[in-house]
Amino acid sequence: MLCDKCKKRPATVHITKITNGVKSETHLCGECAREEGELTLISESTFSFPSLLTGLLQTQAGIGATMPIHNHVSADCENCGLQLSDFTGKGFLGCSHCYSQFGSKLEPLLRRIHGNSVHTGKVPKRLGGKIGITREIENLRRNLARLVSDEKYEEAAVVRDEIKALEKRLSDDG
Amino acid sequence: MQLKDIMNKTYSAWMDTSAPCTDVALSSRVRLARNLGNNPFPNHASPAVLAGVANQVENAVRQTPELSGLKVIHLSEVSAQDRQVLVEKHLISPQHAKNAENRLVILAADESVSVMVNEEDHIRIQTLLPGFQLNDAYKLADKTDDYFESRLDFAFDENIGYITACPTNVGTGLRVSIMVHLPALVITGQVKAVLSAVSKLGIAVRGIYGEGSEALGNMFQLSNQITLGHSEQELIENLASVTMQVIEQERSSRGKLIAEMREQLEDRVQRAYGLLNHARLVTSQEALKLISDVKLGAELKLIPEVNGKTINELMVIIQPAYVQYLAGRALSPTERDAGRARLIREKIRTGREGNEK
Ligand SMILES: [Zn+2]
Ligand SMILES: [Zn+2]
Repeated sequence: MLCDKCKKRPATVHITKITNGVKSETHLCGECAREEGELTLISESTFSFPSLLTGLLQTQAGIGATMPIHNHVSADCENCGLQLSDFTGKGFLGCSHCYSQFGSKLEPLLRRIHGNSVHTGKVPKRLGGKIGITREIENLRRNLARLVSDEKYEEAAVVRDEIKALEKRLSDDG
Repeated sequence: MQLKDIMNKTYSAWMDTSAPCTDVALSSRVRLARNLGNNPFPNHASPAVLAGVANQVENAVRQTPELSGLKVIHLSEVSAQDRQVLVEKHLISPQHAKNAENRLVILAADESVSVMVNEEDHIRIQTLLPGFQLNDAYKLADKTDDYFESRLDFAFDENIGYITACPTNVGTGLRVSIMVHLPALVITGQVKAVLSAVSKLGIAVRGIYGEGSEALGNMFQLSNQITLGHSEQELIENLASVTMQVIEQERSSRGKLIAEMREQLEDRVQRAYGLLNHARLVTSQEALKLISDVKLGAELKLIPEVNGKTINELMVIIQPAYVQYLAGRALSPTERDAGRARLIREKIRTGREGNEK
């Protein structure tokens, strides 16, 4: 068996990765394995990730449209100039603006990688104020609905006032 | 602290064996990916942009008292050979060692924190602790992230969280992983079933195989698969609870082995110990295999004179670039195997003498 990377030397290192019960195997020669850091046991392997992504994007393009993806997306990223075809080739976006620029194209990909989800983790402190308030309003609204259905109107009125106050703070901040 | 000091030190903080569960869990690692506002990501950036990013990050370190203990290293000032040693010490990625221009690594003296600048993302904060300490490794990374964030404007979106160059990392930008040593599950033939079950729980498993069917050193890496839609705490707890089950299974297999096959097991670990003590040419793959057997023997008290720290150090110093670094010059493959065999013998001897004192 030849090395997956250089396709010249015989493969002597076999890397198995199991994700969701699906096994993927990479076969490398000693030299390429060293270069990819596969022999350093603690390092994070990045080999074959971009090709995996490219595969995902191409299968999407294949649904309903047989044209390669760059034929029906013409816009470049306004901030960094990246074209979507560059992304499908390498698996990396160009800058943070690319996500909004190519939003509709990336959304199904993000869903396939991460499931149907939004970020619920850490928020940078400088943004914490605003996002924190939005999250709190959402929580209070759920609380309010529960109180109303339990016919606890007095408590509900208090919560409603809290929501109003927070909404005012949001709009005052712009 | 100089780079030389870090390179010469064969012992790193993650090798400490007084940490929890070091009988099975080798090390816990956390990585946070962050990027700076409008700058193109490193793979798409001009040298001028890269230099600007490196400069901003370096200034942030200098201006933040809590970060001032970290050492900023410009990789362009480090030789290719020495960069390879940093890879083998798990301080930078192979990719980071390849392109040195405008790349930095920022290190804590005990190597528990290392920050790569202009790797795949502008900033990758990594922490590495011994044993099973996922929470503490995250706390350390989180704190380091807060300090950087007080000076730098990280790209963030309310819906997709921290923005990263590769969509597989958006959200928390968190990759939390643990290296586990599973010789008994391998010997008893259960490892495939266990790891395949694990992989259905949102955990990615990686093993490395050399010649033959056994994983290199019987080491496996477990890590979170997704980064978006769960909080950092949830991702860590999921990995921790799955890892704990794997650790329990490995321990119970070890118990069974020692109860039912004590002689065979003793023979296997003593043979490996004998080879490490007496072989004159050892390749890195063979060394990992032997070290795995000796490590198992040490955990089961079959080789009382070997301590865990020595074994952990061995795993780093047997690697090709490190053998050459310690020799002080480039070596032919045979010289390297000879040098490795000598290093192993010396390390075992000094470890044993340390025990006797
Ligand atoms: Zn190759
Ligand atoms: Zn862009």
